[in-house]
Parts: sequence; structure tokens; C-alpha cells
Amino acid sequence: MIRSELIQKIADENPHLYHRDVERIVNTIFDEIIEAISSGNRVELRGFGAFSVKARGARTGRNPRTGEAVDVEEKHVPFFKTGKLLRDRLNGKES
Amino acid sequence: MTSKTLTRMDLSEAVFREVGLSRNESADLVESVLTHMSDALVRGEQVKISSFGTFSVREKSARVGRNPKTGEEVPIHPRRVLTFRPSHLMKDRVASGNK
Repeated sequence: MIRSELIQKIADENPHLYHRDVERIVNTIFDEIIEAISSGNRVELRGFGAFSVKARGARTGRNPRTGEAVDVEEKHVPFFKTGKLLRDRLNGKES
Repeated sequence: MTSKTLTRMDLSEAVFREVGLSRNESADLVESVLTHMSDALVRGEQVKISSFGTFSVREKSARVGRNPKTGEEVPIHPRRVLTFRPSHLMKDRVASGNK
């Protein structure tokens, strides 16, 4: 499923909404999540999962082509942990 | 940096501000989005949201695990796990926003 298919499904269920509004709604949800974790916050969606930020410490990396050592600065990366309900559903445990 | 936790309520509030719907309907729409994504994943589909990221389901085979406390061997059954791969845009924004 891709973004446009998701938007279409929501639009089909809500015939009273303009298609462009459904687009804005779906986009707002994803933008809001990016916005939140970019400011160091966490987004917890019970049953679905949680988006958070993990710190990766500074390290000495290597250029794989030349073997040369390079300093890699500390950085922050997005992280998603699947919620319990979704994890159970993936394994056939409907509740 | 004080970190706070956002929930469904904050997402529906954002939808409410963005589009002129009631708070109730905004909350229902947030729920529908999550439900459709979950249902697709449960069917084994990949969910690919451009400029956000990709959720995919991976099959893990059975293996023998160990209870770290007792050292006891326990069988781990084959299972399906969900992985999320963030888009470049998300990675860049998270990296530059958390400097």
C-alpha cells in the first residue's frame, strides 16, 4: 500500500469530504509525526507503535573503498517500535 | 531539550487545526489511517509512505532462545515482525533537528 492508496481508502469511506481535504488530513498526520521527532519528542500510538529518536554515538568509521579512517560525529536517528496489539495481530492473535 | 510524548490526541488536534472538521471526526480519521495501515500489514503488504518511510513485514524463522536469567533453553516459534525504514527526508530532519 502506498500513500495515494491510503488516501483513496479514507476518501472512499468519507464521501462527504473533498479528496483534497483527505489528502491534507493524511499528510498532516505524517508531517506531525516527523515534526515531533525532529524536535526530540516521542509519538506513542497505542496498539500501533511508537516513533522515537535514538542517539548514535560518535565513532571512527572507515571509508569502505579506501580503508581510510574517518571521524563520524554523533547523530540522531528515527526509531519505530511496533505496538503490542499490532505485533499480536501480525502473528494471528486477534483480540 | 525537554522531550514530551505525543499521542493520537495531538495528531487529531493537528488535523482539527488544519482542516475545518470537528474534533470527533478528526480523531476518527486519525484512527482510520492507523487501522488501514495495520490491516495492510497484517495482510502481509508493505506500507510505503513517500517522504515518510516504509513499513514492512519480515518472516523470522524458529530458533532456540535462552532465558537470560535462568539459562534455560526455550524454543522461539517462527513469527512475523514489523520493521520501519525511515525515508531520507525523515532521517535528515531528525538528524538536523536533534543536534
